[in-house]
Order: sequence, then structure tokens, then C-alpha cells
Amino acid sequence: MPEIKLHLGSQVAIRKPVLDQVLGHLEKAGYQTIGPCIKDAALVYAPIGGLQDLPQGLISEQSGGSYRIKPSNNARYFDITPGAQSWKQFLFPPRSESFKLMKENGHWLEEGLSEDLPRYAFIGVRPCELAAIAVQDKVFIRSDFTDPIYKHRRERIFILALDCLHPGDTCFCASMGTGPTVESGFDIKLTELDDVFLLEVGSPAGLEAMQDLSVEAVDSRWLQASAAGRKAAANSMGRVLSDVASIPDLLINNLEHPRWKEIAARCLSCTNCTQVCPTCFCWDVEDATSLGGKNTMRTRVWDSCFNPAYSAQAGGNIRPNTASRYRQWLTHKMSTWRQQFGVLGCVGCGRCITWCPAGIDITEEIEAIRVDAKE
Amino acid sequence: MSDILLAPAKATREDVLIAPLWAEIVEITPEAEGVSTFWLAFKDKALAASYRFAPGQFNMVYLPGYGEAAISISSHPAKPERIGHTIRFVGNVTNAISRLRPGDTLGLRGPFGMPWPIADIKGRDVIIAAGGIGLAPLRPAIYHIIENRADYGKVTIIYGARAPGDLLYPREYDAWRKKGLEVLVTVDRGDENWAGQVGVVPILFYNLRVRPENSVILTCGPEIMMRFVVFESLARRVSQEHIFVSLERNMKCGQGFCGHCQIGPYFICKEGPVFHFGQLAPFFNVENF
Repeated sequence: MPEIKLHLGSQVAIRKPVLDQVLGHLEKAGYQTIGPCIKDAALVYAPIGGLQDLPQGLISEQSGGSYRIKPSNNARYFDITPGAQSWKQFLFPPRSESFKLMKENGHWLEEGLSEDLPRYAFIGVRPCELAAIAVQDKVFIRSDFTDPIYKHRRERIFILALDCLHPGDTCFCASMGTGPTVESGFDIKLTELDDVFLLEVGSPAGLEAMQDLSVEAVDSRWLQASAAGRKAAANSMGRVLSDVASIPDLLINNLEHPRWKEIAARCLSCTNCTQVCPTCFCWDVEDATSLGGKNTMRTRVWDSCFNPAYSAQAGGNIRPNTASRYRQWLTHKMSTWRQQFGVLGCVGCGRCITWCPAGIDITEEIEAIRVDAKE
Repeated sequence: MSDILLAPAKATREDVLIAPLWAEIVEITPEAEGVSTFWLAFKDKALAASYRFAPGQFNMVYLPGYGEAAISISSHPAKPERIGHTIRFVGNVTNAISRLRPGDTLGLRGPFGMPWPIADIKGRDVIIAAGGIGLAPLRPAIYHIIENRADYGKVTIIYGARAPGDLLYPREYDAWRKKGLEVLVTVDRGDENWAGQVGVVPILFYNLRVRPENSVILTCGPEIMMRFVVFESLARRVSQEHIFVSLERNMKCGQGFCGHCQIGPYFICKEGPVFHFGQLAPFFNVENF
């Protein structure tokens, strides 16, 4: 077999056990490898050591307010679509300590926090997830202001992305134009076929991680299987959102549509949709003070536009009811986000549908607003 | 698009998302019942010398253990070494600040926000319409106008508060009048000593002769008051792009990251707090938006 020389853009095939060597290379390069695995009967992202930790032969069955893991009746590793967690928790953690203060002689002294971050290698990042990271990049890394915490974390990650050949029941990335195929933004891209993984080199770091592997040339059967798989995936989305280009104007022109109040009768304002959303970025800050008042720890925590305190101020609450809060969430995500950051805030991952205890379905609500909509 | 440009002020610092800069309270001026001006000076001398702000901008004022509040700067923009913050004691943070004394320390991040378009309204008549604490973010604009009086046409301040004791900066009105500004004051309810006008701020428009094509409105106060100021201005044919409104919202960051201060596509901390009414018109009358 002729030796294959790898370079940026190369695509090769590996036998599945060889992926362990890639993970080994990443660990040696100082990365902590984080990937999909099962915990408490749900898919989570946690440290993985190798193929044995991946959710082989499993899929999830999802619908509004429901999530179950089931056998897939095949031996593939990456068929299962995401659970509640997203990669957001590593780049923009639910809680991150900003600084610590000590009071001495009436003056506040800052104690710097040395955040010794691991370098994460994200293993198995689906296209919707990759799109979500790109959306948060636009939120946190901007020309006017940049969030140093996010930027520091973001610059240090390695991404092994994944073509999504088996979308789930609440997925609609094809409607949002964010999947199911990975186009760019990866160090290595993986496509899982029955016999092999196809790997594509996307960066020098990816090239490094693929050194000395036993690789095979991609033969035309595999290419055909990959193309067919991606095409089938695009046609097997559990949800569809029609005419996405019209949605920003539709929502902002219908702020007084009767549907908002109707949704509010079902919405519990529980914040689940914003916590599981891979792009939601709102945060609050908390001071935790020692009983003597001498020490204060300032911490950034995720917030949600569904929390009453989010919109409370001296003169009263700007959004005093669930209808106004749901309207804020949906119009932001699907309309005003585009003016703010040049993209919509929805990537079509379907988490807000699955994890809504009331089973409220964003695709259904938008279609309902189309009925009796003002131009 | 307005022919008057809202232009961001040049930032003096950009690394202030997280950690505050420490300032000392050098003086506290009681202004009204439950309102005082806290005069702050940065402890770092180099910082004190380099700090600049533009009229209409605000700082995030931090009291460790309690939190931060967005407070407009109310002092002279040409005297930035002592930064005045007129604070109404109304929430958790501001009530705790009310118990501080000169010599105590506060954290500051800023300045943030879109300033009043004072550089781009030269030659025009200016009507400043303020209610209650809303005069605070307008006072730097008033000082700027007075210092550059020849650059502006007729300048009128219409100001009101609930009661005579709630009026801010009453000792300054005569000084402003002496500099050629017209100052009209009203209160919602007078007391035994009040000989002036009684009624809400928008009724003071009936004392004015507004030249619509040449006038600019700068307004800050309760939203209900600004709603009527906008209404009276539009009724006098002032274009909505010449009516500048300063909004207040709950804020945590000041740089468009924390999400709290959004109104439609805008982050009030970054694209505001000063807007021309044309930007807000689609949302201003939508309930609870």
C-alpha cells in the first residue's frame, strides 16, 4: 500500500479503532478530550479516554418535553444527537468567578484569580453545534468590545467536527442552513460510515493530531456512502421551519399578535429553553460576601430573559408577564439577533423543543404567528 | 437616517468589562429628598488625569458585596477629574451607597453609552425636557452648551418634579438663566411656598414657540413623561430624528454582552442610552416590549 502524505484538506479513511490514536495524540499535545457519553440516562459532554466511552449503538428519541435513549441496532458511535448540554458550558460556563476582593483599612484589594484552564479538545461537534459556537463568537468577540474570558477559552480549543448523518426528531438545522454537513471551522472533520471513519484535515493542529496513523485512501464506495448519508440526513429532519428568510420581519411586525398570550398560557417561564440553547448568552453577576463583610467573590452566572429579575428596575418591571418574556426570547432569537450580530440566534438544534416541560415547539409557534400575521 | 449624527464617544479604556477601577468619594452633595451627588476621584493619579466622558454617558458604579448600578454622569465634561454621579436611593445598591461617607471607596467601570449629539447640533435651538432624576444626565450637556453658548441658538430647559423638594440643582437655575438659557420649572404638586407653575412637564411646551425645522429636543425622565414630550414635539412638527430620548434599563455589563438592556435590536448600554425617536418609534408604543 503506497504511503499517504497528509496535508491541509486531505481526506483519508481510518478503521474505527484508529480514532483512539488521534485522541492519544491530542492528550499528548496537552488537550483534555471531551466527547459525548452517557450519564444518568442522557447524553452529556464529559472527558472521554477513547472509543469505549462513546455512546456506541445508541440513539435518542426526542419530542416536545420528552427524551429517551434507545438502542440503534447498529454499531456506530456517533449516531446519537445531543442532549440538554452543549459545548457552550466549556466556552461560556454557567458560573465563572470574576474576581475576589478583600477589605483592608477601608480599601478593597483585588486578589487575582489564576484560572488554570484545561485546553479542551471537543470530540464530535455536530454542524448545529459548530454553528452555535460561530454565533457566540460573534457575540463575545467583536470589533468594539471583546469578552476576555470567552476569548481566552475559545482560542485554546481543538474541534473534531462531525457530519450529522442521523438527525433527531426535533432537529431542523437543514431549515436554518446550519447542517447537516460540516463546511468549515474544524481542526479535523469526521464522517462515520459503517466500516470506517473518514477524516478531513482542517488545520495544522488537526494535521499534527493525525500523524503516524494507519490511514487508507478514500475509495469511491465510501465517498458515495458519505454523500448519500448526508443527502438522506437533510431530508430526515424531525422538524421543518419554512421560509426562514421571512421570519425576522414576520415577528417584529407582529409584536401584538394574539398568539403571544396564547403561548403564555402554556409557558411556565422556567428558563429551560434558554439554559439548553447553545447560543443564549445573557448573564448576571453575583456578589457572595463573607459574614463579616471582609471578603467578596464576584461571579458571572447564566441569566435568562424568562427570569422576572432580568427585566426589573427601579420604575417596575419592563416585561411583567410571561407573554412579554416569551416574545422577547423569540423575537430576539429569530429577528433582532440578526441586526445585532449579522446572523440569527437559532441554529435549529431543537433543544428548546425537547427540554420544554410544556412541549412548546418553536417551529409550531412561528407557523402559528404566520396565521393572521400583519405584513 | 437622521441628519444629526449620534456618534459614540472615544473610549478611554476598553479593558473594563470585569474588574472595576477604584475611586474615592471626595464629596457628597445632598440634592433632594433621597437624592445626593457623589463626587468621585480615581485613586490612580494617571487614570484620574486621563479619564474623559461625554455628556449623556454613564458609569457602572460598584459597591462590593452589593453589586453594580448604571449611574449617569451629572458633572461638567470639561472637569473630568471629579466625576459627579447624582444617585437616587431606590434599590439595593443605591440604598447601600446612601450610607457611605467621603473617603469611602467605590468601583467604577466606564464611561459607557452613546452621548447626546451636542457636537452635531450647533446653530440649532435646543429644548431640554427633563423630569425628576432625568435632569442628571442632561446637566453635562447644559454645562457644555453654556461653555460654548455662541454655538447654539435659543436654549430652553423645561423641567419638572413631583414636588418642589424633589427638584434637582435648584440653586443653579439662576446661573443658567444668566448665561442666556431659558429655564421653566413645574411641579406636579406645589406646597405652601411654591409660587411657580403646577402641572406635568409636557404642558410647558405651551409656553414655547418652537421653530420646528431648526429645533432639537433632548429629553430624559420617566418614560410616561418622555412619551408626552415626544407627542408634543411631533405635534409641533419637529421631526422624530431631531427628538433625542435617553432610556433607562437594568444593566449588568455596559458593553452589550449581558443582554439585560435590550429594546428590539438595540442594547441600550451601547447603542443608547441616547436614541433619536426614529429608532424607537416601532417599539415605543408596544406594551411591555
